[in-house]
Amino acid sequence: MSAHVHAAPVGGRMMTPSARALFALFGVAMVLVAWRLIAGLGATTAMNDGYPFGLWIAFDVVTGTALACGGYAVAILVYILNRGQYSPLVRPALLTSALGYSLAGIGVALDVGRWWDLWRVPVYFWRWNLNSALLEIALCIMAYVVVLWIEVAPFILEKYRDSDNLTLRRVSRSAVPALKRASVWIIALGLVLPTMHQSSLGTLMLLANSRLHELWRTPMVPLFFLLTCVSMGYAVVVFESAFSSVAFKRKPETAMLASLAAVIAPLQVVVVLLRIADLAMRGVLGSLFSGDIRSNMVILELVLFLAPAAMLMSASSRRNLGHLVRSAMVMMFAGALYRFDVFLVAFNPGAHWSYFPSVPELLVTVGLVAAEVLAYVFIVRNFPILSGGHPAAPERQAAS
Amino acid sequence: MGITRRAALRTLLAGSAVAASAAIPTESASAATLPTPPADALGLLYDATLCIGCKTCVVACQDANGLPRDTSGIDYKYDAPVALSARAKNVIKLYKGEEGESFMKAQCMHCVDPACVSACMIGALTKNRETGIVSYNVDYCVGCRYCEIACPFNVPKFEWAKATPRVVKCELCRERLAEGKEPACTEVCPRHAVIFGKRAELMQEAKRRIAAEPDKYQPRVYGETEGGGTQCLYISHVPFDTLGLPSLDDRPAPELARSIQHTVYKGFIAPVALYGVLAAVMLRNRRGGQAPEDRP
Repeated sequence: MSAHVHAAPVGGRMMTPSARALFALFGVAMVLVAWRLIAGLGATTAMNDGYPFGLWIAFDVVTGTALACGGYAVAILVYILNRGQYSPLVRPALLTSALGYSLAGIGVALDVGRWWDLWRVPVYFWRWNLNSALLEIALCIMAYVVVLWIEVAPFILEKYRDSDNLTLRRVSRSAVPALKRASVWIIALGLVLPTMHQSSLGTLMLLANSRLHELWRTPMVPLFFLLTCVSMGYAVVVFESAFSSVAFKRKPETAMLASLAAVIAPLQVVVVLLRIADLAMRGVLGSLFSGDIRSNMVILELVLFLAPAAMLMSASSRRNLGHLVRSAMVMMFAGALYRFDVFLVAFNPGAHWSYFPSVPELLVTVGLVAAEVLAYVFIVRNFPILSGGHPAAPERQAAS
Repeated sequence: MGITRRAALRTLLAGSAVAASAAIPTESASAATLPTPPADALGLLYDATLCIGCKTCVVACQDANGLPRDTSGIDYKYDAPVALSARAKNVIKLYKGEEGESFMKAQCMHCVDPACVSACMIGALTKNRETGIVSYNVDYCVGCRYCEIACPFNVPKFEWAKATPRVVKCELCRERLAEGKEPACTEVCPRHAVIFGKRAELMQEAKRRIAAEPDKYQPRVYGETEGGGTQCLYISHVPFDTLGLPSLDDRPAPELARSIQHTVYKGFIAPVALYGVLAAVMLRNRRGGQAPEDRP
């Protein structure tokens, strides 16, 4: 019953037309990044003293890291709940996580005003303010990026086991077994760190206290952030697996994803029930029906949380790959909306302040996502990440 | 294998119980007494009934703090900041409405338990132990702007226009205080509408004025308890919310977020315990032969 993974590079050409388009988007973003570094945040973003957190925090960091929780979600399933049958999902999920968290780190570096001083945060440990949820998030994310790349390293190094380059071969042959021996301790760290900072991302906005709308201002926010990062992580795994099967013309892992979906769907219902219970216990259930923009957003969140559960109710619908992908996308969107709402909609600095992301902010975010997709495609083409399927097109294999 | 899975589920449940218990601020935290300011806490007392809106304090503040002229307000011609910004640490505003008319002085409130200090990662914003002044040291600032999210009074401002931005806020002229002077705004005020002193004495003075003319004043001192108390105090003839001072309860603004952080990370026991339990479960799974061999 033990599932052995036979991962192999997908191969194929890198410079496809869609890859060129992604490179172009990335190039535009790099130009805008240069502009931001030279001209400052005021010239390039719509952020202001009322809304000091904008798209780069709400999407790149807060939503981006949740979407990068596939590695976390799959690791819980495979290593803690001991469901070995899902192990083919581990490698691509960890890779997506490593890339997603790395980009979140870049997003933070672009967002902070004094980015050249960021190194002081981990180094000046005697000045750490342990009251600050942001400090904990910063340290955890920095540490987790390192842990994720250590987890991914063996997949990359494996390729050089029989390399002609002596150094690479030596590194590969010594590091891979060493990392395997230490795997339990590394994976455990890779589970504790996201548990800490994903929940703390929820704590973050609670400091705004009176300026955070009562519909979202609950000590339960950390728990909701933790639960939604797991469901968003699973959703990304489903999405990414389907994407790989289409993009690389491989046999889709539909049966595995179907049973995974059966596990996630109830989680969505749990989140909704907890949120309604929380609203009721705090006595603000009534303001859910006040009909203003904020209450309508909460209703929309709840509907979007429930929709995937309903879509995945029957076993036959779970076996349909298209249906699985659609429900996964709704699930990602639900979690993303909740996070955006906590960071931007629930936050009310006063009537005369407003924020809508500027074009450069949007294009930088799009460019970073493009870079992430490109890096993913490059790595799965060249390194053993995906398993199970075989490229259908022989001429592509020849091109590798 | 069944046992292992049950053990694993127990682990997860224990983990979520930790998270859930952490999510609820403990009774002891909410029953705790209000924070007390330092014995020699310094502050301001602004009496809205005395202010004539001459804005001399605004100009004096700009001069004392080396701030550029702020012509963004009126016709881009006059130095007249309309709100706190990276170019104005102190502004005078006018309220005109149903409750009558009043001027309003805005600057950092120097909270007894400041949310900005609670937010700041490596202590660019700190509260002085003796004076209670909340001051800023750019050497420890990365420009994350979490202080702006945290402040219930929307006081800290960011130099958006610069590539090497700082956070700007009133530091109660601490450099002038070190030279034995008083803050620029109180020194120049022709009507003594804003006065400088120890918070305890200012509080007495404020209450004396209210008691002497109860018909003239709102019946309380803003800042005595709001958000856990502030060192800059206000008395006024119009309701405080018309002056833009938010209605805050007595609990310190950072209390909720802080109690969550403290409960979860008390002595760092929970994360370490979680780490140990997760590793133990994995070692057990591995012995059971269930976990996949192909691992990093």
